[in-house]
Amino acid sequence: MKAIVTVVGYDTVGILAKVSAVCAENNANIIDVTQSVLKDIFTMVMLIDISDLTDDFAALQQALFTLGDKIGMKIHVMHEDIFNSMHHI
Amino acid sequence: MTNTKDILETIRMIEDENLDIRTITMGLSLLDCADADIDVSCRKIYEKMTRKAERLVPVGEEIERTYGIPIINKRISVTPIALLAAVSGGDPVKYAKTLEKVSRTVGVNFIGGFSALVHKGFAAGDRELIAAIPEALAVTEHVCSSVNVGSTKAGINMDAVKLMGEAVKKAAELTKDRNCIGPAKLVVFCNAPEDNPFMAGAFHGIGEPDCVIHVGVSGPGVVRSALTKYPDANLSEIADVIKKTAFKITRMGQLVGTVASEKLGVPFGIVDLSLAPTPAVGDSVAHILEEMGLEICGTHGTTAALALLNDAVKKGGVMASSHVGGLSGAFIPVSEDAGMIHAARTGDLTIEKLEAMTAVCSVGLDMIIIPGETSPATISAIIADEAAIGMVNSKTTAVRVIPAIGKQIGEELEFGGLLGSGPIMPLHNDKSSQKFIDRGGRIPAPMQSLKN
Repeated sequence: MKAIVTVVGYDTVGILAKVSAVCAENNANIIDVTQSVLKDIFTMVMLIDISDLTDDFAALQQALFTLGDKIGMKIHVMHEDIFNSMHHI
Repeated sequence: MTNTKDILETIRMIEDENLDIRTITMGLSLLDCADADIDVSCRKIYEKMTRKAERLVPVGEEIERTYGIPIINKRISVTPIALLAAVSGGDPVKYAKTLEKVSRTVGVNFIGGFSALVHKGFAAGDRELIAAIPEALAVTEHVCSSVNVGSTKAGINMDAVKLMGEAVKKAAELTKDRNCIGPAKLVVFCNAPEDNPFMAGAFHGIGEPDCVIHVGVSGPGVVRSALTKYPDANLSEIADVIKKTAFKITRMGQLVGTVASEKLGVPFGIVDLSLAPTPAVGDSVAHILEEMGLEICGTHGTTAALALLNDAVKKGGVMASSHVGGLSGAFIPVSEDAGMIHAARTGDLTIEKLEAMTAVCSVGLDMIIIPGETSPATISAIIADEAAIGMVNSKTTAVRVIPAIGKQIGEELEFGGLLGSGPIMPLHNDKSSQKFIDRGGRIPAPMQSLKN
């Protein structure tokens, strides 16, 4: 099972590190990362494996939402299937 | 990995453009609950519904979290209660109270199916049920009622049309202290679909399986936003943009429906790919029509724009889902659509124009607030007009009008929530349709050939 984490907001130091740390704490393996900075707006999309999470998916979501609030970034964590079904036939 | 642009598009649709799954509706047959004793029947209904739908709300919430997509309503539709009333006799309001109790136990927003199908005539239980509708809607909060009075194959039962005009008026009178909310939960259909997941017209048809999951998707905001990117496109291109957007929205509905049916162990029924507006800014069907180039919804050209929209939504959606059903298309409920509320207030959107629009939209005259002094015969005549449009055009039409008891033109009703608010719209109240309605009988089924 895979999920997609998206992080959008003003660029600062250490965003990738902080998000990765939360993933690691929850035993979510990072498979792929793309990021870009356009006019100070940082956008990162991360594909993670959620098959062996230490707790459930909701706990990982909550941990990332909390981090998002703390560092002032908008973080979404959604199951990969929703993007696959919407954008692939 | 799906490309970043697509991922961000999905997130923008949900965050900024009000994309949501409007409803997961569990269709449930109650035929095996019928008993000659109404109290036994009610007890069986309560037991079956609470057992089958026990996990509906928690599973819905789990899917919301996992996929990050809001699921606004979790609902249940049941076998038309008139069929159970036929077996048990007794006061059908008892059934409504049982459904209300179920809704509170399992936590669903609405239960639909306090219904009767009388398009060709009345069977046992039908008249009793129709007579009980006003009280049933007044003593419950979460129970919805619908009556099918006509069909393309059977014609229109004008005796039922007369009764329904009276029922709508009485339902409003009994709830006049609560913004006349009664008739907002009552739909009078022609060609009612048996698998509709949307309220207030949902019921579980007798051709349906024992238990099934239907999904209703929405997303007027997404369609409008897609159109803003093509300010100078011609209408062929506009239709294509709508089709592509409807495809994406419906795929999401298909996914949610499939997952819900797996988790609940219940077969997946249909996706209803409707553009269902809400009073929220940016979630309006009227604004899509205006985005196409109309100064305001209701002006000349509105019917054509709506016809294009309704058709393109269906074309985009059918390929995205294995089974499409329900009401699929564009809804035009006045009080639930910010753009239509505005157009009704300015007088640009009239009931005559709305009637024309219903010939090309997916349902009918929906959530229209009419003067409280409107006679039952006039309401029946509105129902007859609308049913005739549905009957002749082989489409579903419906009437959900709310007489604002004690209020006049210029005043408004405020229902709150998804039902919204709106101004009272003028009718031809001084000209009577009484004699026509009093004749009763049936309007014969129309020719299906020689189409001119």
